[in-house]
Amino acid sequence: MQNHQNVDRYALNKELAQMLKGGVIMDVTTPEQAKIAESAGACAVMALERIPADIRAAGGVSRMSDPAMIKGIQDAVSIPVMAKCRIGHFAEAQILQAIAIDYIDESEVLSPADDVYHIDKSKFQVPFVCGAKDLGEALRRVAEGASMIRTKGEPGTGDVVQAVRHMRKMQSQIAAITSMREDELFETAKQLQVPVELVRFVHENKKLPVVNFAAGGVATPADAALMMQLGAEGVFVGSGIFKSGNPEKRAAAIVKAVTNYNDPALLASLSENLGEAMVGINEQEIALLMAERGK
Amino acid sequence: MTGILAVQGAFAEHAHILDLLSENYVLIRKKQDIPQNLDRLILVGGESTVQSKLIYELDLFQILRDKISENMPVLGTCAGLILLAQEIRDQNQTCFGTLPVCVKRNAYGRQLGSFSHTGHIGEIQNFPMRFIRAPYIEKILDPEVRILNLTDQKITAVQYQNQIGIAFHPELTDDLRIHQLFLNL
Repeated sequence: MQNHQNVDRYALNKELAQMLKGGVIMDVTTPEQAKIAESAGACAVMALERIPADIRAAGGVSRMSDPAMIKGIQDAVSIPVMAKCRIGHFAEAQILQAIAIDYIDESEVLSPADDVYHIDKSKFQVPFVCGAKDLGEALRRVAEGASMIRTKGEPGTGDVVQAVRHMRKMQSQIAAITSMREDELFETAKQLQVPVELVRFVHENKKLPVVNFAAGGVATPADAALMMQLGAEGVFVGSGIFKSGNPEKRAAAIVKAVTNYNDPALLASLSENLGEAMVGINEQEIALLMAERGK
Repeated sequence: MTGILAVQGAFAEHAHILDLLSENYVLIRKKQDIPQNLDRLILVGGESTVQSKLIYELDLFQILRDKISENMPVLGTCAGLILLAQEIRDQNQTCFGTLPVCVKRNAYGRQLGSFSHTGHIGEIQNFPMRFIRAPYIEKILDPEVRILNLTDQKITAVQYQNQIGIAFHPELTDDLRIHQLFLNL
């Protein structure tokens, strides 16, 4: 098998993201939460020591989680396990690769380790997902080797407004590029600060070269359905589940909402009696905009 | 009418291949989506734990299981193979359980173990195979099961009556031959 190992690794990594489509990736902090997420129908879990809402509350520098804690979660579930490293912190990424993580999230939720450079993700065997506020950020991350993109949203707030803004922005930029003349793509590449080949891909295929999920502030089945109708191919739910009154029930409802996002009658029944949603903070009430980290 | 189970995973990729073959299909996300004239089914790649939970909770199980038992042609790729398997190693719960094989999930380990390969699938020569956190078939439970592919001594594709179970992802390639084989059942 060894001689197959290094062949088209990047393609295989993009293909794993394709398998996650139509699914929900849930933040978990313990093996017990990971099992709850798996049995509620998560297609993958994000292992981290503190969920974004608690990172926000605690303040200070937040870093990659303890590898022992991540391994505990890897042992607890059979679905893919992701973990976060700081923007630009390639040594944390190397450590996560060494414990055979299924996906690394180079994430603005943690404190950035580098305020200029992102990780050169093409140097890694394991796949990376990165956040983006617009098409330029998304394609810059893809150029660096990301094999999956998610909106940044505003993590840990329970407020979906920023995820909506980022997804709409990306979709409208994709639509604009799709309708351009070919000779206009060079100038667009220059404006977006991305390689023209990636702009050409968007022009020809009417989509990003990688799978695009929604993330940041999704707290209810309706939020998940909204993001799917706006063009997300799946959803990350961070604080929204384990900061709510009934995590099992809410998680299962969000999973079904992502599958049947176009069926309001079903969404209505899924939204009934879920208990208390996470309290949430409005965009105007927060001091720290994580989405502004890493461009 | 061909149905593609679309509760989670890579259903769009299978739909794209059927488009290329000018074959009509319907995406099945809930019970009401199942057409009266359903006569063929594709079970797609994705996460088998998620899909099998949704198959039960969206009331798809009984109708689809009855049809498969009545010999409706079915193609299961990766997670789809796991849904069909009669036994799943280290797991008590199975889904349809109509294909007499025992599968091992994540048999090649985590994503670092994902790989590609080229091989013969029955009579089909040189087929590009994409294994993504793939299972393989550990044991055949009925002598009628025909092995379609062995990769490094592991069974990765089988046919049993009208059921084709495949550990890799033909839907991730532009090679239409496995879908053609399925549509000719």
